[in-house]
Amino acid sequence: MSTQSNAGRLLSYVDALQEAVDQEMARDDSVFVIGLDVDDHKAIQGSTKGLVEKYGPERVMATPLSEDAMTGVCIGAAMAGLRPIHVHIRMDFLLLCMNQLINMAAKAHYMYNGTVKVPMVARSMIGKSWGQGAQHSQSLHSMFMHIPGLKVVAPSNAHDAKGCMIQAIRDNNPVIFVEHRLLYFTESYVPEESYEVELGKARTVVEGTDITIVGISNMVVECLRAQELLKEAGISAEIVDPISLRPLDSETIAQSAAKTGKLLVVDNGWTGAGASAEILAAVAERPADQRPEVMARMGYAPTTCPTTPALEDHFYPNPVTIAAKAYEMARPDGRAWTPDPQAAKLAYQKQFKGPF
Amino acid sequence: MSRPSQDDILRLYRMLRLVRRTEEEIARIYPSDKIKSPVHLSIGQEFVSVGAIDPLNADDVVGITYRGHAAYLAKGGNLNTMMAELYGKAGGCAGGKAGSMHLVGMDVGVLGASAVVGTSIPIGLGYALALKREGKGRVAMIFCGDGATEEGVFAESLNFAALHKLPAIIVCENNSYAIHAPHSKRWATDKLCERVGTYDIPTQLVPNGDVFSVRDAVQDVLAGVRAGDGPAFIEAHCYRWREHVGPNEDFDAGYRSRKDLIPWLENDPMAVLGAMLTLEDRAAIDMDVETAIAEALDFAEASPFPGPEELMTHVYAE
Repeated sequence: MSTQSNAGRLLSYVDALQEAVDQEMARDDSVFVIGLDVDDHKAIQGSTKGLVEKYGPERVMATPLSEDAMTGVCIGAAMAGLRPIHVHIRMDFLLLCMNQLINMAAKAHYMYNGTVKVPMVARSMIGKSWGQGAQHSQSLHSMFMHIPGLKVVAPSNAHDAKGCMIQAIRDNNPVIFVEHRLLYFTESYVPEESYEVELGKARTVVEGTDITIVGISNMVVECLRAQELLKEAGISAEIVDPISLRPLDSETIAQSAAKTGKLLVVDNGWTGAGASAEILAAVAERPADQRPEVMARMGYAPTTCPTTPALEDHFYPNPVTIAAKAYEMARPDGRAWTPDPQAAKLAYQKQFKGPF
Repeated sequence: MSRPSQDDILRLYRMLRLVRRTEEEIARIYPSDKIKSPVHLSIGQEFVSVGAIDPLNADDVVGITYRGHAAYLAKGGNLNTMMAELYGKAGGCAGGKAGSMHLVGMDVGVLGASAVVGTSIPIGLGYALALKREGKGRVAMIFCGDGATEEGVFAESLNFAALHKLPAIIVCENNSYAIHAPHSKRWATDKLCERVGTYDIPTQLVPNGDVFSVRDAVQDVLAGVRAGDGPAFIEAHCYRWREHVGPNEDFDAGYRSRKDLIPWLENDPMAVLGAMLTLEDRAAIDMDVETAIAEALDFAEASPFPGPEELMTHVYAE
């Protein structure tokens, strides 16, 4: 884990991603970026900005609309010793890559008994909000968490975005890298030098005593906002960010939940057979004296995501619903409470820069 | 077409004989249940792999299919470890974890096979992309069947290979069947080479079942592919003599007739080349082949099964 900092340079998540890739490409000739529009003027919402100018079109390679074949190409190139970063502007599009990712990338090292490696990164963005709708907003991380041979990471802040990306590029396994679009312009203190954020190590972002709340991807930010609201109601919430989902640091989560006695997992995904189900199961399997008394999960409403904001507002967990649920779990005998709407509005503006 | 030398004939016959006899032995042993894996035998089709691979260099790479025993052996794959792999033993080329459908031999440039049709095509192209960057003129030869040409990934792959002038030669073993379905049920038009040609990829059709013709087709394009002209495509007609998967014949199953087999039997490249040799040369090669196969069977028998601790090795790379 890198050194934490509470001073230094503030950098946005998107710029941190770009910097990670730039530094790795400068360090290692075998690293290259590939994907639709990685070299255009929008530069994947800024995350590939300047790369094609610096490294040329062979190392920042645009592709046709051919996710299936391009994933295979990345796998073959990785087997030959290159280190591809395959970029998809929406995680929904990974569904076009499933045969290659799951039948080949995940399995090649095992099936061929260690004689090949597939060191590739598959970056993709979760849409959310502003009418992205059913097919431009999904986070499908739980599908990939299910598969031995894949790694899955979902950094929630700029510091981890850079460190996890560097780690993912250096990892000799296929890594599914999950980026939430709304995190792109959040800032935190990001060291200028190169550093790795170790996969399989969760972080306790804020310590607390009354309830453990685990947030995944941008839900970490929503949980931090909920934690502020809960403070005003006298509840001390401990916020844990797993950072990587496979490998998953269930030990840290379980220890926190044993301490507080209450565990709420808030996922940017459906709860059914989702990441939250995996986390709760891992904790539930512990011996009785190491389990929390109360467990619950929140995620997308169990429906397809609607486009209209009138309905979309009810689709995702938000700081108000998270705080209300946590309060109910922490004060089961108390009357129901929801945060003051004015306070909730202010909470939305709060930015968390670190230290991380 | 260049006249094959006696050396060429000897070399090609040896490999055809090795593959044929290996496959026949696998078929013979299969009912004993020593082979712990579905087998998709190359019998009848060996000449496509043998002829196509013959002009390659040792440091070129070959992407094989799940009907890959012929290509594996023709590229220099180890017969002992192939047999042990089929037996599910620790001494197998993949420690028993792959079986017949996922043979691999990275040390001799055999990329691992996939059991899912078409999957290995873009992977071979990705390797070719790396070879292009390397700039030493190495090529990737990628085998596929006629069924694979229907998968969407085939079109995606051709387009990308042509767009980036990848050093790849795609060899399609067209045996007319995707499992039991003939072209008439699957193909709107019988225009495979024309489809490929729309990407400006040079194509060659080899309909005559002749190993020298396959070899010549590769020779014709190889220098250009190495030089960076872009990929090439070869369609070779062939016929699968046994059932889709397994050791037996299936002409009484109803989807094809034994009479279709007859012209292929009569034209069997292994027999045709054998007849070009002296009796002594042929007998010597045949004896070598039997010895090699017997050794492989002994090797497979003697190799232990992997221990239970092997279940959890290589899930992730270090």
